[in-house]
Amino acid sequence: MKLYEYEAKSIASKYGIPVPRGYLASSPGEVADACKKLGEVAIKSQILVGRRGLAGGIKFAKTPNEAYEVAKQLLGSIIRGEKVEKLLVEEKICIEKEYYLSITIDRAEKRIIYLVSKMGGVEIEELVKQHPEALLKIPVDPLLGYRPYMSRIAAKFLEIPKGHWKELHNIMNAMYKIMIDYDADLVEFNPLAWKCGGGLIALDAKITIDDNSLFKHPEFLEKAHRELSELEKLAKSIGFSYVELDGDIGIICNGAGLTMATMDLVAYYGGKPANFLDIGGGASKERVRKAVKILLEHPRVKVLLINIFGGITRCDEVAKGIIEALEETQSKKPIIIRLLGTNEEEGRRILESRGLQVFTEADDAVKKAVEITKSINNS
Amino acid sequence: MGILVDKNTKVLVQGITGREGSFHTKLMLEYGTRIVAGVTPGKGGTNVHDVPVYDTVKEAIKESRGIDASIIFVPARFAPDAIYEAIDNGIKLIVVITEGIPVHEELKFVKYAREHSTIIIGPNTPGIMTVGETKLGIMPAHVFKKGRIGLVSRSGTLTYEIARELGKKNYGVSTVLGLGGDPVTGLNFIDVYNYFMDDPHTDAVVIIGEIGGDAEERFAKHYASLRNKKPVVAYIAGKTAPPGKRMGHAGAIISMGMGDYASKRKALEEAGIPVADKPSEIPLLLDKVL
Repeated sequence: MKLYEYEAKSIASKYGIPVPRGYLASSPGEVADACKKLGEVAIKSQILVGRRGLAGGIKFAKTPNEAYEVAKQLLGSIIRGEKVEKLLVEEKICIEKEYYLSITIDRAEKRIIYLVSKMGGVEIEELVKQHPEALLKIPVDPLLGYRPYMSRIAAKFLEIPKGHWKELHNIMNAMYKIMIDYDADLVEFNPLAWKCGGGLIALDAKITIDDNSLFKHPEFLEKAHRELSELEKLAKSIGFSYVELDGDIGIICNGAGLTMATMDLVAYYGGKPANFLDIGGGASKERVRKAVKILLEHPRVKVLLINIFGGITRCDEVAKGIIEALEETQSKKPIIIRLLGTNEEEGRRILESRGLQVFTEADDAVKKAVEITKSINNS
Repeated sequence: MGILVDKNTKVLVQGITGREGSFHTKLMLEYGTRIVAGVTPGKGGTNVHDVPVYDTVKEAIKESRGIDASIIFVPARFAPDAIYEAIDNGIKLIVVITEGIPVHEELKFVKYAREHSTIIIGPNTPGIMTVGETKLGIMPAHVFKKGRIGLVSRSGTLTYEIARELGKKNYGVSTVLGLGGDPVTGLNFIDVYNYFMDDPHTDAVVIIGEIGGDAEERFAKHYASLRNKKPVVAYIAGKTAPPGKRMGHAGAIISMGMGDYASKRKALEEAGIPVADKPSEIPLLLDKVL
């Protein structure tokens, strides 16, 4: 789960990491007031998608009047698909250099890792791809944790003067504590800036909390769905994984790998998947019914493709769920079904008795779904 | 034969009295798995499908005169404790079926296991099965024909689909092993390939990867550096997955500039590993390399 910048900064500040003075605002009036107190300000849209600066989500203002006008433009605007509802108004900081500093999980080496670079302000994706040599990695043993020598390695790499090493130590130590206390899989300051006249300050902050640990953090658990679309929220509450895509072939499968493979197969045969929907293992007919209904009623879905390989999942339960969904909706959208595995015969019998065609091979089912979608789109 | 487990492997089931634990104990026993004991704290003295249940791993080992491997069905909040109990009692192979374990817990027990020369399969894995001998997992056994292909995968259902495609073309499987769908797992593709390399009953290896992380790229690099090698073919799921979205598995997410399909495919192909466009193409690629 991603935290907003203002949430991440309030945590960082609590742990003693220097951040600019600032106020959270949700109206132009509040922004103007903040500007009166702070002087020249940065006005930052609080959204969860990246690259908001490039997309016009960060503006500056010198006077309260100017701040008011900027806030009017930003509030309610849509930036990279996300509506701006809150602004963080911060004192403008004079800076000389921008560094990159984060702590995250090194999946391959199964340890924690600090990432350090002199090239701050750039997206980490770009940094990794284009300047891997500019990125210093400092590994941390998960059984041992942060040790102060690590900050000296980082300080030398960043060429921070000796008198300020302690500051970097305090920041890195605090980052590690935040990661452990909040079960974060990422704590990132990009940029961590070097101020005019010296000293470090976190100009931006990002914290991501491990989804599997949210049960330990009730204050975030209740907000965990906020980064999802309405449909994704609904799907989660029913108990399956759902991701919205932009095509027109609705997809229901069991298992994350099979669902991705089915999406890819749709694309292979020239179609466009509308979504990723994994009903999970051992789904009841109830869950299947809800999944089928959601996609049949989805405005962009033209054809529904169901690909089930039953292990724990029973094909007869799936078939019953499909039939119940059909009885409840007026939708006449074509449904292509592929069923295999546990209780396949019974499932097939149920579906065929209602005139639905059931495929055995995934390739055949996907080809058919793409064909029908094309003929609908051409007519 | 096959890797890591065979018909003689003595198995403990931790969390044996739970719904999943007891259901799969039955299926594993039917397959021929030598399950000698179960553990559920507080349920010692009972039986599940005639398997004796103990309160602690220590008692289970003593009463069954040695245990080679444990399979864990314990819920996420209690799974790390169960894993430490198994490691501290000297069990050298642990299969963690449990899904949803916090990542910082995983980092710790994976490291702890390595320091105690214990192999962890998973978490969030369908398990391991040496076909025709033993199953420590939840996979539908009938899909897998016995044969000489090693199968290693990051997913569950997709593996069954691919095993079926192999079977249709008369390719059987020696051992199938699920690495697990979480970002941090005990084994990676390199580890498992090395086991298959040493197994005289495996002729070639099929690797089933997915987006997220760089396990496939690392394997490709390792494979390219080997002088003696067995043929490998691969399939990667998630070509059409958008960046930044978690595709079901906690580990299947393109993030921090890593884990996209194109990079994995390129790395594998450059290492001389053919990549199938779709599951049904895998046996055709095997025809070419064998």
